[in-house]
Amino acid sequence: MSKMITITIDGRKITAPEGERLLWVALQNGIYIPNLCAIKENSRPSASCRLCFVEVEGFAAPVTSCTLPVREGMVVKTRSPRVDRLVQTAFELLLSHHRLECSSCPGNGSCELQRIAKERRLKLRVKRYKPLEYGTEIDDSPKTFVFDRSKCVLCGRCVWICHNIAKVGALGFSRRGLRRAVTTFGDIPLADSPCTECGLCVEACPVSALY
Amino acid sequence: MNSALIEEYYAKIKSEADAKIETLREKPVVWIGTASCGKAAGAEKVKEAFEQAIKNNNLDVRVIEVGCMGYCYAEPLAVISKPGFPSICYGYVDEGLANRLVEDFLMGEDPCYEYALVALEANDYFPTFSDFPRGVYEEKIILEHCGFIDPGDIDHYIAREGYAALAKALRMRPEEIISEMKDSMLRGRGGAGFPTGIKWETCRMAEGEPKYVICNGDEGDPGAFMDRNILESNPHQVIEGMIICAYAVGASRGYLYIRAEYPQAIMQVKKAIQQARGKGLLGSRVMGSEFGFDLEVFEGSGAFVCGEETALISSMEGKMGIPRQRPPHPAVSGFHDKPTVLNNVKTFCYVPPVIRKGADWFKSTGTPESPGTAVFSLVGKVSCTGLVEVPMGTTLRNVIFDVGEGTPGEKGFKAVQIGGPSGGCLPESALDLPIDFDSLQEAGAIMGSGGLVVMDEDDCMVAVARFFLEFTQHESCGKCTFCRLGTRQMLDLLTDITKGEGKPEHLETLRELAEDIKAGSLCNLGKTAPNPVLTTLRYFRDEYEAHINERVCPARMCPELIVFYIAPEKCSKLCNVCVGSCPTEAVYTREDGLKAINQEKCVKCNNCLKACPPEYNAVIKLSPPELLKEKEGNQ
Repeated sequence: MSKMITITIDGRKITAPEGERLLWVALQNGIYIPNLCAIKENSRPSASCRLCFVEVEGFAAPVTSCTLPVREGMVVKTRSPRVDRLVQTAFELLLSHHRLECSSCPGNGSCELQRIAKERRLKLRVKRYKPLEYGTEIDDSPKTFVFDRSKCVLCGRCVWICHNIAKVGALGFSRRGLRRAVTTFGDIPLADSPCTECGLCVEACPVSALY
Repeated sequence: MNSALIEEYYAKIKSEADAKIETLREKPVVWIGTASCGKAAGAEKVKEAFEQAIKNNNLDVRVIEVGCMGYCYAEPLAVISKPGFPSICYGYVDEGLANRLVEDFLMGEDPCYEYALVALEANDYFPTFSDFPRGVYEEKIILEHCGFIDPGDIDHYIAREGYAALAKALRMRPEEIISEMKDSMLRGRGGAGFPTGIKWETCRMAEGEPKYVICNGDEGDPGAFMDRNILESNPHQVIEGMIICAYAVGASRGYLYIRAEYPQAIMQVKKAIQQARGKGLLGSRVMGSEFGFDLEVFEGSGAFVCGEETALISSMEGKMGIPRQRPPHPAVSGFHDKPTVLNNVKTFCYVPPVIRKGADWFKSTGTPESPGTAVFSLVGKVSCTGLVEVPMGTTLRNVIFDVGEGTPGEKGFKAVQIGGPSGGCLPESALDLPIDFDSLQEAGAIMGSGGLVVMDEDDCMVAVARFFLEFTQHESCGKCTFCRLGTRQMLDLLTDITKGEGKPEHLETLRELAEDIKAGSLCNLGKTAPNPVLTTLRYFRDEYEAHINERVCPARMCPELIVFYIAPEKCSKLCNVCVGSCPTEAVYTREDGLKAINQEKCVKCNNCLKACPPEYNAVIKLSPPELLKEKEGNQ
């Protein structure tokens, strides 16, 4: 057992095991911090969605809470003008590359993007930026689920789960930049890949790109 | 370590090398710069011409390939050393000049001074490097031997005190080396300027075996070629630096990560590693001591982001070349999660001179916070392009106007892009900034790896910012939100502005987005990608505003905002050059004999403007395009 320490989040004193990552300490104590790519079991957080910024006393700039191990006496604020601005920009950028059709989406009501919008009072529309073209291919080859790329926010949760929990490795990332995509080796349909349809990726997807 | 044995070992290889060079000096030698820059300018043909002429005349003259001495504008370069004469360097050598030099100088007694660029040793006939402004400002520590030694022959390097630092280091304790490095305040030359000694110490203290030393030769900035040149021209200095580092941190294995697009650098480095093994400088007993270290080359596959240290390591491990969150830093957990020192080519290059001559010597050059020299590849609208090495603290003005001899042609200087796509565009008013890690950061640029792109009044700063953004956007790995989507949004905004479709509020969106990408990105590629936008917005806002508010491109560069026009009062009627130069038959002869342009066919290729003889200069560019109506209405 690691040593228990006390930290302060938004004025609340919280006891947590030393070295636990801040995001999980906050979430376990009912303090919401927006996140998409975080996986608790992953000891090397991907830190790619850039939504879980917080202010920590002693740090010059906002830091991602998914990568920060907690230390005794740490003082954290989950909101500040700087944090809110970064979260808003990252959120809006993600929406600019996401098919925004909530009413017809199977994830309507359970979508993490909707939750972030609600918690942070952000609009579910793209105002400052241009909507970008997204991939439209839908892979409905598996019997039990569908992969709709137009919804994918590239958080990588499905990829990590497929490799490390399911230990199948059917899903992976390919290409780079705006063309980066979650896909199978050689872009073949999931049904032709090693996929066992265990369903763990569907469970892990925060935005119902897999449903 | 057994000091006496190492001393003896070094003395032996040194005397062998000295003897070889001594024999070389007895006869005339033609040294030809065949680094990539020389080859691109035709050095191989020049070399063949020399060899053929020497053979035809049955001369006892050796032709030796050397690297690049930095005078890239004057390539191909050849140096002739003939006993009894100072060594003379010739620029712009072609096959004709090669034949002439063989006949007049090698067979005769005439060094053909009219074609000489510079003499290498002081003499009574011809000026040396230090007699030119460039030589006054330059001070060479890591480029000292580049272009003057055969990179393919280890003895050339050894004869110039090469591996003396290693012999000295092996007689020191590792802690002493690290303390000397810390004392020297050498800062990493990859761009960020992190103190090298502290990095080494962190790695030495870190738990985990084995430890690794990796040299980052994944140079990828547009317009930067310092690392390529060093690896091609003097690979042993890098290797020596790496061996010393390995001994200091306790590593037994090292890699040189070089991008596959640098085939000649890879070839030279591989050859150098083999020769160093042959001399017992690499292997299980370095210089006969108990310390063992070996090196190999890892070829990078050309992703720009792999220059970022965590992405580089990831690609070496066989994974996608994608950065990860730091900490942990590679010095603690790097290659295969083991402590790893990762330094730039130039940083390793500084190590041998620092160890050999001491920290105080090193600190006597440069500024207190950034000691030593800075190496730049000077390119763009500057007369003397090439590689320059100046003390830190030299001003940009000295580098561009004294070393580089200013902008060619009539157009004046407008801006300099420093630090590649991660750097910033600085205006005339920033030229008196001393170059060091900190002052550049204050101005919004970064030292970066050392690319200096000079721009003149013909360059549109919005288009320049767009160019660099296009580059970073293309090279973004796509992992994190800000870089993947943010750079694309910035690029789209800039594209709109260069097309005259920008709106006034776009400038604010652009600035805010740039600041957020800088603050929010995962790795340094993303964190620095907005710099060209932020600096051009800061120093050249009027150009952005002209594009948006008046649909004018002040530099007349953005194709959508200009038209080509032939001024009737200047056109000669009798000349047809412009008509012939046009690839789309847009330029035609009017009934009255004057030339004109059919705007619908014009693709704005600039050919007619370049073709029109200077005595007429009749082709002009107008911006905004609406000016055309005014001009035509006046006729």
